[in-house]
Amino acid sequence: MFQQKMIHSLFLINCSGDIFLEKHWKSVVSQSVCDYFFEAQEKAVDVENVPPVISTPHHYLISIYRDKIFFVSVIQTEVPPLFVIEFLHRVADTFQDYFGECSETAIKDNVVIVYELLEEMLDNGFPLATESNILKELIKPPTILRSVVNSITGSSNVGDTLPTGQLSNIPWRRAGVKYTNNEAYFDVIEEIDAIIDKSGSTVFAEIQGVIDSCIKLSGMPDLSLSFMNPRLLDDVSFHPCIRFKRWESERVLSFIPPDGNFRLISYRVSSQNLVAIPVYVKHLISFKENSSSGRFDVTIGPKQNMGKTVEGVVMTVHMPKAVLNMNLTATQGSYTFDPVTKVLTWDVGKITPQKLPNLKGIVNLQSGAPKPEENPSLNIQFKIQQLAISGLKVNRLDMYGEKYKPFKGVKYITKAGKFQVRT
Amino acid sequence: MLSLPPVQKLLRPKLVAGSDAAEEVTSPWPAALSTLMWCRHDDLKEMLDSNKDSLKLEAMKRIVAMIARGKNASDLFPAVVKNVACKNIEVKKLVYVYLVRYAEEQQDLALLSISTFQRGLKDPNQLIRASALRVLSSIRVPIIVPIMMLAIKEAASDMSPYVRKTAAHAIPKLYSLDSDQKDQLIEVIEKLLADKTTLVAGSVVMAFEEVCPERIDLIHKNYRKLCNLLIDVEEWGQVVIINMLTRYARTQFLSPNQNESLLEESAEKAFYGSEEEDTKDAKAEAASLAKRKPYVMDPDHRLLLRNTKPLLQSRNAAVVMAVAQLYFHLAPKAEVGVIAKALVRLLRSHSEVQYVVLQNVATMSIKRRGMFEPYLKSFYIRSTDPTQIKILKLEVLTNLANETNISTILREFQTYIRSMDKDFVAATIQAIGRCATNIGKVRDTCLNGLVQLLSNRDELVVAESVVVIKKLLQMQPAQHSEIIKHMAKLTDNIQVPMARASILWLIGEYCEHVPKIAPDVLRKMAKSFTNEEDIVKLQVINLAAKLYLTNSKQSKLLTQYVLNLAKYDQNYDIRDRARFIRQLIVPTEKSGALNKYAKKLFLAQKPAPILESSFKDRDHFQLGSLSHLLNAKAVGYQELPDWPDEAPDPSVRNVEVRGAPQCIWDTLSSGTSSSSSEEEEEEEEEEEEEGSGEQSEDKEGEEEEEKRKKRKEKGGLRKVSPRSMGSEEEEEAEGKKVKKAAGPQGKKGHAETSSEEASASESSSSGSDSGTEAPTVVEAKRRKTVRTGLEGGWEDPCPLLTPLSSTFLPWSPREWAWWPTLSCGPWQLLSPAFGAVRTYELLHRMAGEGLSVEYCFSRRPFPGDPHMVAVQIQISNNTDAEVKSLRHNTNALGWKGTVVEGRWDTVAALCFQRACTHTRHFYVSIQPPVGELMAPVFMSENEFRKEQGKLTGMSEITEKLTLPEKCRSDHAIVQQVTSAANVGRVPCGADNEYRFAAKTVTSGSLVLITLEWREGAAAQLTVNSEKMVIGTMLVKDIIQALAQ
Repeated sequence: MFQQKMIHSLFLINCSGDIFLEKHWKSVVSQSVCDYFFEAQEKAVDVENVPPVISTPHHYLISIYRDKIFFVSVIQTEVPPLFVIEFLHRVADTFQDYFGECSETAIKDNVVIVYELLEEMLDNGFPLATESNILKELIKPPTILRSVVNSITGSSNVGDTLPTGQLSNIPWRRAGVKYTNNEAYFDVIEEIDAIIDKSGSTVFAEIQGVIDSCIKLSGMPDLSLSFMNPRLLDDVSFHPCIRFKRWESERVLSFIPPDGNFRLISYRVSSQNLVAIPVYVKHLISFKENSSSGRFDVTIGPKQNMGKTVEGVVMTVHMPKAVLNMNLTATQGSYTFDPVTKVLTWDVGKITPQKLPNLKGIVNLQSGAPKPEENPSLNIQFKIQQLAISGLKVNRLDMYGEKYKPFKGVKYITKAGKFQVRT
Repeated sequence: MLSLPPVQKLLRPKLVAGSDAAEEVTSPWPAALSTLMWCRHDDLKEMLDSNKDSLKLEAMKRIVAMIARGKNASDLFPAVVKNVACKNIEVKKLVYVYLVRYAEEQQDLALLSISTFQRGLKDPNQLIRASALRVLSSIRVPIIVPIMMLAIKEAASDMSPYVRKTAAHAIPKLYSLDSDQKDQLIEVIEKLLADKTTLVAGSVVMAFEEVCPERIDLIHKNYRKLCNLLIDVEEWGQVVIINMLTRYARTQFLSPNQNESLLEESAEKAFYGSEEEDTKDAKAEAASLAKRKPYVMDPDHRLLLRNTKPLLQSRNAAVVMAVAQLYFHLAPKAEVGVIAKALVRLLRSHSEVQYVVLQNVATMSIKRRGMFEPYLKSFYIRSTDPTQIKILKLEVLTNLANETNISTILREFQTYIRSMDKDFVAATIQAIGRCATNIGKVRDTCLNGLVQLLSNRDELVVAESVVVIKKLLQMQPAQHSEIIKHMAKLTDNIQVPMARASILWLIGEYCEHVPKIAPDVLRKMAKSFTNEEDIVKLQVINLAAKLYLTNSKQSKLLTQYVLNLAKYDQNYDIRDRARFIRQLIVPTEKSGALNKYAKKLFLAQKPAPILESSFKDRDHFQLGSLSHLLNAKAVGYQELPDWPDEAPDPSVRNVEVRGAPQCIWDTLSSGTSSSSSEEEEEEEEEEEEEGSGEQSEDKEGEEEEEKRKKRKEKGGLRKVSPRSMGSEEEEEAEGKKVKKAAGPQGKKGHAETSSEEASASESSSSGSDSGTEAPTVVEAKRRKTVRTGLEGGWEDPCPLLTPLSSTFLPWSPREWAWWPTLSCGPWQLLSPAFGAVRTYELLHRMAGEGLSVEYCFSRRPFPGDPHMVAVQIQISNNTDAEVKSLRHNTNALGWKGTVVEGRWDTVAALCFQRACTHTRHFYVSIQPPVGELMAPVFMSENEFRKEQGKLTGMSEITEKLTLPEKCRSDHAIVQQVTSAANVGRVPCGADNEYRFAAKTVTSGSLVLITLEWREGAAAQLTVNSEKMVIGTMLVKDIIQALAQ
């Protein structure tokens, strides 16, 4: 029997190992194929280490883990693994988009819509419509009002016309968009990825940014967004709506936007630029030899931040296994220590330079256990409003093709990405 | 975990039953009734049988929920299948879902639904046609194979690209059902491959890959088109096309690295091996290089590389990876570097994406280390990374290590060794070992570092270090007797069997370096022999044997003792080994010649193990593939072929001047067809270059001059218009005049317009070659510079430069001469009804960045071929405010392959046109109203009646309508009908009846229209035509026109 390519079946599995949804695009594959997955899951100890690709005697399983759900797809023949992984993430994104969350309850509650979506997204295991604007024309997202209306009138969530986007040269935008208030918002979000070593010097730092947009404009607006300093952007990936040639030649983002929320670009700031690290951490973590205790003392302080305050500061530390408990006092914010997972979380909040937040105290170790060799690394999260740390600035947004005057807004925000301090 | 599933299985039916009960309470059906039912599903059946759509919908929703949970709902099949023709679209969709799931199990019943889909295939709504085909082809019932085949064939020539896309999707489905259909399916694939729409491209290549990946010859003619369409194909199609083109390129082009491959090897050698041989090698290479011919890249090869490069910027990781592997396998070494940045970017993505990307980076970094070196730090490991990611990053870091960066890397490794994740620490120690073997300079540093680790508290760390040290020491044992001594002491403490075994092996192997300690270690081990693990026991025997041979005085008794213990061991391997070794080393009368060689056997020089990456040589699998990831050939994997030694004929990719117009042109510009396709090539090439970079500009300059001259000559030939046969000379003169005048005008130009008349049509359906691309004639006039005009024409296979006014053409009697003397029937073709010509927008000026395109159906006969419909296109430039950029834009303005797509039987023509300026490509489509696809005919009232009599039943469509106020006069009605369709009026005796007749342009089928005006506003419209689809669409159009 000839075997087929691409995605054969999909199983959704929750954390306790229940298969709560299955969908087959070709002949039915028995649930027992998931036993291989469970086996791998058991071997992997924690969920993050389940290998995304598992080979079984007759199938290959490619899975992703999103929001406490495993999306396990069954493949029979050669296919680029990223193709499947990317698609599964797209499915999860769509659920998120439709139901506000991608959780087991949301999926179970909307199982019919989920099925309709999966039916549209894949044909014979090959992706068909994955663009959110198109899907929303085919299958309307559930709203309370609509579900009430539908239950009374018996009308459906399914559109009966072919989404115009499918055929036009701009498949990402639906036709006939109308708003009373025309708005276009852009969020420039930059994340600092950094590794700071013991002595406080930067081992590695880099800025990764995205521009998320929320466009609610009527008709067919043609936007062009220009920057004051576009040369900062080193490596950019685009939403398909962006005209690549225009960017190449003029460094202007020119596009007809999809309707609603979408990610316009993601970029990396060229590595030549030095990254200003907005916080510093003073730390002293030590475990005494032959005693069942240790010291823990961490202070977080702001560096020069162009006058902006650092807020939303949270520190998480995975303590060594030998740690039994921690007795700490925080001068600001509150801390929790989970003795099972050994995770210490300190919610600091806003940093004021006058009074630096400090967390200090005693670490209790398991008696008799040897002193931990390693010091844990500190993961820091923070947020700075109204600042793009790279200095990227939007110059202007122009709209062509429509007559009305839209309301335009740009917001900047800097966050910690994978920000780690080694101790 | 493993014990869970059976428990769940036990629980699940109960749970499900419970939830069903809960649903029943909430369902509109009385709960009491449903509990009375024998069967659980009876209530569902009744709901499905009811008249209310809402009940049906409710039932279907519950059934789908059951399917989703993996519950069997197959006993409802008869009840569900009845609803396949339900009007409610959501019910219908859910029935489809059910049908596709269970049809395989209930084949006989499934056949009941087939006729519904067959009807759906003929629906005027393309969405319904497509979904009918989708479901029909998804029903895995072998008996309907012929029906599917027919449906696919028909859909493959549908006028809607969406339906054609669905047809492409259906091909693999049918193939999996019945692989005997392969030959027929290949024909369909071939046809669809020629499709010019981006919508179809990805899907048909997918079908190609599944059905006939070996038929690489089908790609030749479509290669350039696929390359050019690529950027506008949807993401998933891009991945498939890129992967296929990678394979294609490997068979058709020469390796761009054939000269470098030798250099590369020597670089590797210099790095790993000793440095002496280098100079010799270099000379030899220089000689061999000189012998080779200089390599020139095939322009098609370049085209592929150039057109895929922008896709590295895609948001879709799979696309980025596909381009990366294409560059890795196809690009010259110097250009591969561009992919590194994009791959590093993917490392920010989800951890599954990271996992796959890192595997590929690991393979690439062995072959092309330099590419990732600038991004070394991006592979640094965070404590929060999952272990599998950490280990892959470590692999990459190790591959990237060289003399210059090794100190940084080792410093980084030092941090990793203190990690809490012990598997990761072990992997780090292995990595250090590999760095030490590969980079001689740091060997001692690494060794010292590892020795320090021997005092680590964690036993796993120590054990891993011992194993790695053992391997390192084997490379240069003499200098390291101290370390061996140190390790000998460890036997007292270390418990990990692998480590103990390694130490014992090391002492045995180098017992001559530690003559005093070795027997003592054996003594200790003899004492604890019975408690050791098997692997350690074997090494104890090994050590004993080696000592016996080198130092029998001290160890003879100990050896005997150990061998005796082993003789009675529980493990037979150990008993065997003991027996074997005793025979070998202890001389007896029986022992033969082997005894003499015992020392040679045991103490031979053993080569040091080579520590190398597990990713070495994985690149013989196509990167990014499943097989590469698993390092094993997956089912259905298409081997990546080696480069050919001799390039196959590149001319196979040349696209012929399209079939139909050739017959027209041959008479006029004979002999230009083959060369023109080449020229077209060149042109495309050139234009791409202009768009993409300035560097190529200057060197291009000279060539361009030449080309321009050539073009002028050619232009002279091509100016000849078949339409103006009679006044050919006049036309030609005009053409020249315009050209001369054009230069200065271009500068003045503001708000210039140029118009083009493209007459497009379908190829005659009577011929067997319905698959050939339909011809296009572009008659263009440009008031811009000469070059613009020429270029525009050049792009097109059969360009004409005819001066026309910038507005739509008026009628000129000359054209009547070309009205076809068609004699398909007894009726005379009429002159076209002439009313207000409606124009349609093709490209809005905003979308077109100032360029707007409009088109109309002039209803004039197309001179070249009576089976064609003339389309008039007007291009105008609206950017008068920005004259500068306008000039620049229009400079490279051109039309590329104006092509007619639709060949759906004889229904309609759908032209897809691709206009491009140098900055942008625009995809625009002309979707002609069905009324424009016919030409009026004259017939008498009697003839009309007679023909109408023949076209009854299925061919007759009747619709009632109300005429609005302003449409209640003879004149208005005729006006509206003739504007909606190109029809001619037929005289009629009755007062309130209007008759029109026309025949379709392609097939010449009659279309008869009757409009009966009754009392007041009521009217009835009847259309008779054997083309049902045309009929239904026409009725809709006319009613709409009258209602306005």
